[in-house]
Amino acid sequence: MFKWRTDDFSWVDFTIDVLRVIIVLGVVIGAWNTLSSGRISLAQWVNLFAAGLSQGSIYALIALGYTLVYGILLMINFAHGEVFMAGAFSTVFLAEALNRTGFLNAQPLLAILLMIAFAGLVSMSVAILLERIAYRPLRGSPRLVPLITAIGASFFLQYTFRGLYGSGFKAYPGVNALQGAIEIGGISIPVVQVFVFCAAIFLMLCLYWLVERTRVGKAMRAVSENKEVARLMGIDIDWVIMFTFGVGGFLAGSAGVINGLFRPQGVNFYMGFIPGIKAFTAAVLGGIGNIPGAMLGGLFLGVIEAIGPNLVLAGLGIPGANQLKDVIAFTMLVLVLIFRPQGILGERLSETKA
Amino acid sequence: MANEKQANGRPKDQGRILEAKGMTKRFSGLVAVDNLDFYIPAGAIASIIGPNGAGKTTFFNCITGFYQIDEGEILFDGARINGKTPDQITRSGISRTFQNIRLFNNMSAIENIMVGQEPHLRSTWIGAILGLPSTRGEDARTEERARELLRFVGLEGKGDMLSKNLSYGDQRRLEIGRALASKPKLILLDEPTAGMNPRETIETTDFIRRLRDEVGITVVLIEHDMRVVMDISEHITVLDYGRKIAEGLPAAIQTNPDVIEAYLGRGAAQASGA
Amino acid sequence: MNMLRAENSRSILTLGLLSGAFILFTGAVGMIAAFHEREVVDDVISLGQLLLLLAPFATGFVVSDRLRASGTGSLLIISSGVAVGLLTALPTVIMLLFNSDEYRFLLDLTLKLIPFVAATYYAWQQYRIGSDQRLIIGSWLAIVVLIGIVSFSFALIFEIKGDLRSVLPNISRDWVEVVTFDHPKELMTGIATLLLVSAGAGAAGSFMVLVPPIPRQALLYGLGVTLLVGAFGETVRLILQENVDRDTLKQIFRRDTLRQDPALMLFIVSTVAGFLWAMFGQQARQGFANLEPSRRRMVNGVGLLIFAGILLMLPWLIGRTLSDVAVTIGIFVLMGLGLNIAIGLAGLLDLGYVTNYAVGAYILAVLTSIGPLGRLDGVFTFWMVIPVALLAAMCAGFVFAVPVLRMRGDYLAIATLGFGEIIGKLAISDWLKPLIGGAQGVQAIPKPVFFGTELRNPEQLYYIVLVASLVTLFVSIRLNNSRTGRQWMAIREDEDVATAMGIDTARAKLLAFTLSAATGGVAGAIFAAKVGTVFPNSFTVFISINVLSLIIVGGIASNPGIVVGAVVLIGLPELLREFSDFRFLMYGALLVIMMIKRPQGFIPSKLVSHEIRAGVNAKAAAAAAN
Repeated sequence: MFKWRTDDFSWVDFTIDVLRVIIVLGVVIGAWNTLSSGRISLAQWVNLFAAGLSQGSIYALIALGYTLVYGILLMINFAHGEVFMAGAFSTVFLAEALNRTGFLNAQPLLAILLMIAFAGLVSMSVAILLERIAYRPLRGSPRLVPLITAIGASFFLQYTFRGLYGSGFKAYPGVNALQGAIEIGGISIPVVQVFVFCAAIFLMLCLYWLVERTRVGKAMRAVSENKEVARLMGIDIDWVIMFTFGVGGFLAGSAGVINGLFRPQGVNFYMGFIPGIKAFTAAVLGGIGNIPGAMLGGLFLGVIEAIGPNLVLAGLGIPGANQLKDVIAFTMLVLVLIFRPQGILGERLSETKA
Repeated sequence: MANEKQANGRPKDQGRILEAKGMTKRFSGLVAVDNLDFYIPAGAIASIIGPNGAGKTTFFNCITGFYQIDEGEILFDGARINGKTPDQITRSGISRTFQNIRLFNNMSAIENIMVGQEPHLRSTWIGAILGLPSTRGEDARTEERARELLRFVGLEGKGDMLSKNLSYGDQRRLEIGRALASKPKLILLDEPTAGMNPRETIETTDFIRRLRDEVGITVVLIEHDMRVVMDISEHITVLDYGRKIAEGLPAAIQTNPDVIEAYLGRGAAQASGA
Repeated sequence: MNMLRAENSRSILTLGLLSGAFILFTGAVGMIAAFHEREVVDDVISLGQLLLLLAPFATGFVVSDRLRASGTGSLLIISSGVAVGLLTALPTVIMLLFNSDEYRFLLDLTLKLIPFVAATYYAWQQYRIGSDQRLIIGSWLAIVVLIGIVSFSFALIFEIKGDLRSVLPNISRDWVEVVTFDHPKELMTGIATLLLVSAGAGAAGSFMVLVPPIPRQALLYGLGVTLLVGAFGETVRLILQENVDRDTLKQIFRRDTLRQDPALMLFIVSTVAGFLWAMFGQQARQGFANLEPSRRRMVNGVGLLIFAGILLMLPWLIGRTLSDVAVTIGIFVLMGLGLNIAIGLAGLLDLGYVTNYAVGAYILAVLTSIGPLGRLDGVFTFWMVIPVALLAAMCAGFVFAVPVLRMRGDYLAIATLGFGEIIGKLAISDWLKPLIGGAQGVQAIPKPVFFGTELRNPEQLYYIVLVASLVTLFVSIRLNNSRTGRQWMAIREDEDVATAMGIDTARAKLLAFTLSAATGGVAGAIFAAKVGTVFPNSFTVFISINVLSLIIVGGIASNPGIVVGAVVLIGLPELLREFSDFRFLMYGALLVIMMIKRPQGFIPSKLVSHEIRAGVNAKAAAAAAN
């Protein structure tokens, strides 16, 4: 796509092209340096990859909420990270209680199921309230208005939960059944990571079934195609939108619990902000509005975030590369928005509709 | 691009202000404008007609650079304009109005027209901050000219109203005024009489004639009202499914069986033949 | 006619319960207990208690106003006020019971009953409209399970934890003390007091409706002034301290709290003043409007002169502590005016404004620091570096703007947010530590020196901020009324059409970003000089949100709005430290409420007044036509 004609030379294109070259060069040189130095063994790479996949599956679960809402309302629910936090933060108390009764380790699967259901339902209520109070009055207003509202709602929710549950850090109790590691061909992968990945994939399959195979799913798809026609077909638009927010919220809440099993520390009111932006990145990466895209985007982002610092940044001789994990993720966000805003799999909605 | 030099070097065809060759625009597989050859005679009032979805507005969007065409070339005044951005095309002397009026709603009528004069303004932001005499002079002239244009389109005294508070007919007129502000050689009007009552329609038709006769601008319009089209056009291009099915004088178009068929369906073609 | 209509009783119920939910919410997030720390009038009322009273008072007023409009009798109006007051207290009372040792079983019971009650209610509704039997049973079961999971889990949590406090730390002893009006031990007495006081406040609210307009206005004015002065007692004392001798001050204030007698006197004086204004204010305004234009301009000019004089004298009027607050406000006014160029004038929602602020601050820090990170041994002075900081911020703004020029509005917002986060992470990283100090930041930044005097006090720094703000204001007004301003406006309204008008939108947007960044850079540099140290923790997304909030609350593209927005949103948490914990809670709520109820802000820009004027003109034209 290099245009080099003077009569329609665009210096914006040119700058972006230069940026592209710099990034490609940086990645190639960094990767080459790291790989040729052999500092990291194959087993370590596999471990990083596996950890990235688990983290990515959590991003994917949150990203689905962004994508579902965008698919229907064409709005970015910026407060979705806080929906995730609501579930995760509330469930810490349940997890502690279950742990104290001993139920958590006696019946880990049941306990985790209960926690997921609880977190999912709490997040779902938050998401539905959010839609009802903050977003519904703004339907049909210019695009930036709901975005600013969402930013406001995001901070409101953060500080509400800070007020309700306190500002200190809490942690999920460990589950004995998830300790240890599985050996596969000489490479050991922690059980938690396998569990997290499987649970997330299971939930995504449930969602896929819901959207593709049920009547509600059909209604959701109809509303996202064309609201007016859907209304004429007798579909209750408000209900479908609320349901969509609810489903997105449920997935975010369950992601909160799964995240708590994966990284027990660091549960507090601010825990949703960064994962929220990252999940948004994942959603855009896969093509916002596109459900399989969000899943793929999440996994992709998780892997890049795990491997990127070690492969590229360390190779470029940057100290403390792992501190810059978030920088990699946010750079991905910006790069995707610059170079491929329609995402890997493409936006599900054509531009003419948007 | 081998033919590029050729295109730029070609002697200017006096008779044709706008010309397209093999112009094609696709939207993910759907061909909206298909290998179109057409021309607009300089100084004419020309119309593009065709049934709904014939690709008329797409055609306008391709000419004004809103869409980049996939194949072919567009020449304006003998120079190639495809591949240029909308602002460059406007600067070269084409301006347009929109089917669903797109004024700057929260700006006053006069500000709308002042924005329309962009291609001829030279002052910079530094001049504005420093309050240089040249900048102030230009601002005053811009405003003066905007008032003249308001008068010309019949909106005298409504300059301070926000454009969204104007009546529908006034908005249409203001949009034409804004398009005229760039002193174009060619103006593209997308359904200028849509939604107007018969009296307003006649006023608009007269106004379009005045545009050409008094100001000397070539006018291209997309129009649905056949009476308007036949009344004022000197050159008509008929599109259907993105292809040109007829071109020429109104009288010839009126009797062309392909046109009648495309427009009114087969039965009508037979009926009019009978 | 002395009957309540159905819609009226419904509005009593919903509004009463809403205000009750509000009171419970403020309690649960800790606002009431925190505000209790501040006495409004010595030994009479604290800010927390005021909050408890204001909710039923205001709701009672609103409800009664509706009732009066539908022609209800005065007795019924007063009793509706009482009802609203009781309803407002109800959720808090229930929470008090749940929180007490004796009645904790009620919490457990309620949580366990909720799913069944809700499901049965829903099923009953379905039965009444004659739904399918299987559907009714199915939905009953589904609701019991869904709500049951949540409420049984909560029951389990509270049972195992033993009390509410271990989950909801702000349902604390302090909170109980405030809401029971200092009867924490005798629960029933406390509850009765709360109900009584709340009902009284509700009744007072409805009584206000019955008072004729002029005395009502006077009363509300007197009450408002007294309570405001009381709440901002510390600020008022600091201002008076500069101008009044200590003994007088001691008679008015006990430490930072307004004493009772002066409060009463203030109330009487301001009520009288309010009464006079209510009587004659209208005439005065009319008289002003009827003045000849030249005279009117003179009056306006005198007003402006007085305002300018106050602005110039401000540090001497308010003293050191408040000057410090004024400088902080000024820095945010500066940033607000700068960001407004992007958001308000050009419609570009930039959420990474903190980037420019950080660049300005770090540039000043590194170039002038006399500490270990300042390599230049103080060769550069503040005045030399300000232009450098400005240019550097412009460059940063330019560099970050180029990639986002092609993005549509919401993506642009998120991308700029991403930039802000990247800068924050880089500032704290080990990678750049040798240059900008990582988490330790840069220290030992000297104060600016002005013709040999070191400007070390906030009173002196104030003038730097003032001048910078005035320059920014001047520039943005000049630009707004120029060709560039019209280009931006056109882009804000409709970017595609702006392009079709021949505007090079990329260039115009770039200019908006760059100029807006320049202001942010200067604000950052002044901030660094004021504080003397620069830490990465000062440059988070919260800065961007702060600035965004003050622009939106004040009024997008409205310069006076931005100043007022900054004074309220930045000044309030600085002056009332109890607020500062809740500032983002309130910013968030404000953003949502403003977008829904008043997107043009409290002090709308000329755009809106434009509209009003046009409306007046149209009316005049119509009148002339008739």
